[in-house]
Amino acid sequence: MRKLISIILLGMVATGLFMSISQIPFGEPGERIGDHFINQGVNETGATNIVAAVVVSYRGFDTLGEVSVLFTAAMGLGAVIGLVRRKKTHTPIEPASLIVYTGCRFLFPVILLVGTYIVIHGHLTPGGGFQGGAVIASAFLLMYLGCRGKRIRENLSRGLESLGGLLFILLGVTGLVIGRDFLFSFLPEGEAGNLISAGIIPLIYMAVGLKVGSELTGIIDHLIEDTDELPE
Amino acid sequence: MEIIAGILVLLMIASAIAAASFQDLMNAVIASCIVSLLAALLFYLLQAPDVAMAEAAIGAALVTGIFVIAVKRTKRFEE
Repeated sequence: MRKLISIILLGMVATGLFMSISQIPFGEPGERIGDHFINQGVNETGATNIVAAVVVSYRGFDTLGEVSVLFTAAMGLGAVIGLVRRKKTHTPIEPASLIVYTGCRFLFPVILLVGTYIVIHGHLTPGGGFQGGAVIASAFLLMYLGCRGKRIRENLSRGLESLGGLLFILLGVTGLVIGRDFLFSFLPEGEAGNLISAGIIPLIYMAVGLKVGSELTGIIDHLIEDTDELPE
Repeated sequence: MEIIAGILVLLMIASAIAAASFQDLMNAVIASCIVSLLAALLFYLLQAPDVAMAEAAIGAALVTGIFVIAVKRTKRFEE
């Protein structure tokens, strides 16, 4: 009976989704706002990566909301893990094998460099603050797996995270003071395609990258810290 | 192009079903990681490199790591 009801509900949801989506032509041009972004985006913002222009410039306020959602999730995880934290038993940590250790130590700076590149070139090539931050956090995850017992300084990661958020909001408020609205691009747009161009988009992406990277690293740090202390 | 996309989608569906049906949760985590990797490849083929990057970094690397830690903290085998 319960299965039947759930199947019927699932069918209703699927039909509703299909009926609403089947009206939209898939992948065809013709939506006016999309055309505007594609044709005028480079002129208006100076960023050759249109996705970055939309995420940071046209829809910058939404990005602030996304960043705060991630922040809330990380904070909630920290609170929950802090509540159920068990007794510290200090079981000896089994070290990783030599191959894993050497490989992780070799790959860590390379992945970190790639992540930083993705963040800094967010307005020119695909990528940006979120993607680069996630890549940086995955470099730290690799470090945790390869070099057991090494930990990031918790104060440092918290500080970087707060710095990223503060920078984002300060840039937005500066736009409000100098220009006419929140996240107004008050820097010159420069020549499209140069590293220093596109107004405040690179600065905001750096702030987002700093925040996302340190936040995700903090989440992994919280989780791993507790597992290592569990009695076997 | 459409043939490659079709093969990728079929492989994704197969890995997703495998992830749901494995009794060993570590295998299920790896299968869901494969779903994310194939999704990233599909996003790249559909000319969305931004989304592909996010999917590869978050779906394939970070989520897998977090799930492995979660499995290690709880139970490895499903009853």
